[in-house]
Amino acid sequence: MRSGKQELRANIKRFWLLAWVVIVSSCNADRQSDPNTDIRLGPPEVYTVNYPLAYFAERIAGDSVNVILPAPPEVDPATWSPSAEQVAAYQQADLILLNGAGYAEWIQRVSLSQSRLVDTSASFQESLIPVAGEVTHSHGPGGDHSHEGTAFTTWLDLEFAIAQAQAVFDALILLQPDSEAEFHENRAMLQQDLTELDKRLREVSARIGDSPLLFSHPVYQYLIRRYGLNGYSVHWEPQELPAEEEWRELSSLLSQHPATWMIWEDEPHPDTVSRLERMGVGSLVFRPCANRPEEGNLLSVMRENVRALEQAVTQPTDRLRDIH
Amino acid sequence: MRDVLYLAWCYLVYHRLKTGILVTSIMLIIYLPVGLNVVVKQSAEHLTARAVVTPLLVGAKGSPLELALNSLYFSAEYPELIDYSEAISVQDSRLAIAIPLYVRFRSRSHPIVGTSLDYFEFRNLSFAEGRPMAVLGECVIGANVAEALGVTPGGTVTSSPETVFDLAGVYPLRLKVSGVLAKSFSPDDDAIFVDVKTTWIIEGLGHGHQDLARPEAAAGVLNRTKDNIVANAAVMQYNEITDDNATSFHFHGDLGTYPLTAVLVVPRNEKSGVILRGRYTTDDASSQIIRPVEVIDELLDTILTVQQFMFAAALILGLATIATAALVFVLSFRLRRREIDTMHNIGGSRRRVAAILLTEVAIVIILSGSLAIMATLLTWQFGPGIIESLVLT
Repeated sequence: MRSGKQELRANIKRFWLLAWVVIVSSCNADRQSDPNTDIRLGPPEVYTVNYPLAYFAERIAGDSVNVILPAPPEVDPATWSPSAEQVAAYQQADLILLNGAGYAEWIQRVSLSQSRLVDTSASFQESLIPVAGEVTHSHGPGGDHSHEGTAFTTWLDLEFAIAQAQAVFDALILLQPDSEAEFHENRAMLQQDLTELDKRLREVSARIGDSPLLFSHPVYQYLIRRYGLNGYSVHWEPQELPAEEEWRELSSLLSQHPATWMIWEDEPHPDTVSRLERMGVGSLVFRPCANRPEEGNLLSVMRENVRALEQAVTQPTDRLRDIH
Repeated sequence: MRDVLYLAWCYLVYHRLKTGILVTSIMLIIYLPVGLNVVVKQSAEHLTARAVVTPLLVGAKGSPLELALNSLYFSAEYPELIDYSEAISVQDSRLAIAIPLYVRFRSRSHPIVGTSLDYFEFRNLSFAEGRPMAVLGECVIGANVAEALGVTPGGTVTSSPETVFDLAGVYPLRLKVSGVLAKSFSPDDDAIFVDVKTTWIIEGLGHGHQDLARPEAAAGVLNRTKDNIVANAAVMQYNEITDDNATSFHFHGDLGTYPLTAVLVVPRNEKSGVILRGRYTTDDASSQIIRPVEVIDELLDTILTVQQFMFAAALILGLATIATAALVFVLSFRLRRREIDTMHNIGGSRRRVAAILLTEVAIVIILSGSLAIMATLLTWQFGPGIIESLVLT
C-alpha cells in the first residue's frame, strides 16, 4: 500500500505533466495563428501601380484573379505613396505589376518580394525616354548628379501598351497555368482593341502632320514620339489658373511654336480656356487615364481621346468650346 | 568482495598522483578517436544541412567555398561582388526565383543580411513578434540577436563601420526593428535582415540629405549656379530613415550596377536548374553558379582526410600509452613485492591478492572510460557552437 507521502509526490508529478502539456499546446496554438502560415482562400490577388495595368489584368484574367489598385481614385498613382497598411497588403499579393520607367517612386523605398514583381516595361527598356533633372548637385565622392528620371506614361504609345499587356499575360500564365487557353483568347481580343486604337491614332496624327501642338503637362512624351506629333509641353494644372508670368512665357513660346491647340490631361478651368481661345489656342482633353475612370474603362477613355483629336482636326479653332 | 574493493580503492587514493596520471592517459586514449569522430560527424551534419536545402548560388568567379560560407552561414569574409543585374537576369529568365544577398556589413558581431522578403519564405522562417520589414531602414532580427541585444519591435540597432578608421566611408545607419524571427536553430538566429536597398544606403550608394535648393541647406552649399549646386561635407545627411525624411532617400544611377555578394537561386524545376547552370559554363562569364552541397561535400572530404590521419596518429599514440600503462602496472607490482608477500603472510590467499591487484586496474580503466564518455557527451553538446565560432567567424 502506498503511503500518503508517495501519493502526494505522484499528484505533484501529474500536475507538472499537465501544466507542461497545456503550455506546449498553447505554444502550438500561437504558431497556428502566425500570420505567415495563414492560408488565404479565394482567387490570387494581383496588385498594380496604375489603372492601365489593372485594366490589362482584368481583361486577360477576368474573374480568375482579384485585381487591386490601392491608389485612391482622386490621386495620380504616379506620385501617390501607400500607407504602411497598404504596403503590407502589397507584400501579401501573389503578383505585383509594375509599370517600370521609374513610375511610382515609392517602390524603391519599400520591401517587396522580388519574385512577385513584374516590370511590364522591361522588354522596351532601351526605348524609354529619359527626362533630364533641372538642377544637378554634388556632395561627397559621388560627383555631379541630378535626380533625373524617365518619362513614365508608357501606355500612351499603344505599341508599348501592347508589350505591357503581353508582360501582364506572361505573368498571369505563370500564376494560373491552368487558365492559359482562356487567358490567351482574352489577350488576343485585348491586343486587337489596342491595335485598332493605335491605327486610329496613327491616322489622326497623320492628318495633324507637323502642326504645332501644346501639351499642358509633360506626360505625353510617348504619344508625341510614337505618333510623330510636333508637341511642346508646359507645366499647367487643369484646375489651377496659370500665373501672369506663365501667360507671358506662353506668349513668347507661341511666337516660336505657333500652336492652335493645347491638349489637357483633364477638363481645364473655363477661364483658362477662354483666355487661350483669345490667344487663338483651342483646348481639348486627352486623358492619360492613369487612375480608374469614374465611367467607362481604359479603352473607352482612349477612344474618347482619339475622337477629341479627330474632331479637333476637322473643326476650326473658334468652335472648339463645343468639343468639351 | 567489498574488502577487495576497499583495499584496491585505498591503494589508488593513497597513490593519487600516479592514479591520476594513469586515468588521464587512458581517458585521452579513449576520448581522442571517439570525440574526433563526434566532432567530424556533427560538423558534417551542421554544414551540409543548410547546403542541402540551398539549390544554387550565383556569385563572382573566385573561391566557391568563400561564396558558400558567406551566403549560407554569413561568415565575415565576403566574396568578390557581383552586380544586382545578375539577380534581375535570373528572375527575368523565369527559370528560377532569384533572392539577392548582400552580406557585408555588421552590427557589432551580428551580420546584416541584405535580401528580399522571399528569403523568409524560402528558409521557412516565421515571426515570433512583429512583421517583415516594409520600408527602407527597417530590419528583422534573429532570435539570438533579440536576446543578446534585448531589442523588440520598435527598438533600434545600428550598423557598424567596416573599420574603426573608416571615417569617410560607411557611416552608421540606425535600423528600426520591425519584427523578431522565431528561433530556427540556424545562422538566421544570429542575423539582422534588411531589404537589400537598405544595405546600399549603409554603403552610401543611396542616401538622404537636405534639399540643397532650400534655404536651410545654405550652410552646406559651396557653389550654386542655375544648373548645378555643389555641396560640402556640412550638408546634413540622415543617419536614420524616418517617415519625415524617407522621401529624400534616393539612389543614383542604374540599380542594376549596385553590388551583391550572391544571388540565391531557386529553380522552378530540375530542368530549369540544369539550363541555368549551363549559362554560367562559358570561360568568359564573370560570375559562377555553384551547388553549395557540392562545395561543402568537398570541404568535408578534406576534413575526413585530416580525420583519417588524426585517427591513425591517435591509434599509434593509444597503443604506446596502453603499453606504457601496462609497464607501469607491471613495474608497480614488482615494486610492491614486499607488500604482496606481507598480504600472503597475514593469510591472504593468492587468488585474493590477485583480485585486489586486478580490481585496482579495473577501477582505473572504469574511471578513465567514464571520464571519456563525459568528455564525448560535452563535445556532442557544445561541439556545433565551438565549430561555428572557430570556423565561421
